[in-house]
Amino acid sequence: MKTCLAFFGMWLVGSGCHPAWSQSVSVVRLAQLESLLNKTDDTLRVVNFWATWCAPCVKELPQFEAVRQKYANRKLSVLLVNLDDPSDLTTKVKPFVKKRNLRSRVVLLDEPDQNAWIEKIAPEWSGALPMTLVVNRSKHIRKFIGKAFKEGELETIINAYKPE
Amino acid sequence: MAMLLAVLLMSTRFVSDGYKVGDTVADFKLKNVDGTSISLAGRKDVKGYIIAFTCNTCPVAKAYESRIVALNEQFAPKGYPVLAIQSNDSQRSPGDSYSAMQQRARAKSYPFPYLHDESQAVAKAFGATNTPHMFVVKKEGNAYKVAYIGAIDNNQRDASAADKKYVEQAVAELLAGKPVTTPTARAIGCGIKWRDA
Repeated sequence: MKTCLAFFGMWLVGSGCHPAWSQSVSVVRLAQLESLLNKTDDTLRVVNFWATWCAPCVKELPQFEAVRQKYANRKLSVLLVNLDDPSDLTTKVKPFVKKRNLRSRVVLLDEPDQNAWIEKIAPEWSGALPMTLVVNRSKHIRKFIGKAFKEGELETIINAYKPE
Repeated sequence: MAMLLAVLLMSTRFVSDGYKVGDTVADFKLKNVDGTSISLAGRKDVKGYIIAFTCNTCPVAKAYESRIVALNEQFAPKGYPVLAIQSNDSQRSPGDSYSAMQQRARAKSYPFPYLHDESQAVAKAFGATNTPHMFVVKKEGNAYKVAYIGAIDNNQRDASAADKKYVEQAVAELLAGKPVTTPTARAIGCGIKWRDA
């Protein structure tokens, strides 16, 4: 059981060392997402909140894919948190992830009370998409980006935190 | 430990430009889809306004369009009409140009003004970030005070399944002379398309 849990943890992190773990979208609740954001290891996490219906989100997804590849040998992981309606998981989200060939870890957050969970994830966030957090709890890193990235902006932010 | 605590406190502070609940809003003058110029002071017969930052193109705004119309139907006769404001930059979002706004308002027979915030100054002053993003303002003397900021309700997909109707409740409470029990509520929405600086 212990091994199983540890394995699940690794799988949830979906870090750069598992590039082959693609095309699957798992459904998570807030508690799982929070524990991921609050991990105290040395991996810098780029956590992007997006939806298939959000055009600026879709437009910037390749930037996250590029960063994941570029920093594959560093302690950096990319997590794409999808906010489509859970009922669209198999009809929209999974086909989208497949079609776009997304290799970053994708989870769908299933939490109905947005007013409750938005504040817990980012108190400064109004709920506008896209939104990205760059976090590492143990290094006191927490950068909130409440809009789409300009070209190269994400890398500049990542480099400022010098991922190992 | 103290440092960690400081970081946690810093990170949980709500940082937002724009109005907070209780603030007095500065009046503005924006062009309506019928070519007229609209300001808050333009109507003397109101008790306040339901201000909706919305747009033509955002799927969430579209999902709420009929609910914004319904809010106007419910509350305009009671003194809280809707003012819809569109602030997306039309360069970045051509579907939100002034002429597209005119078409939308005509096609959907908007019973309220649909104002073009072309300079985005009003969205910035309010601190609007999303579409839809609602601000209920209450008239006190000649001033308009913010009484509610945020979402319309807690179910984007299905209005009938929403069990928290934030705007409706806030306006009903204002009309009853009661304090607004939920003065802010958040929801996932489209970010306003700001003009590239």
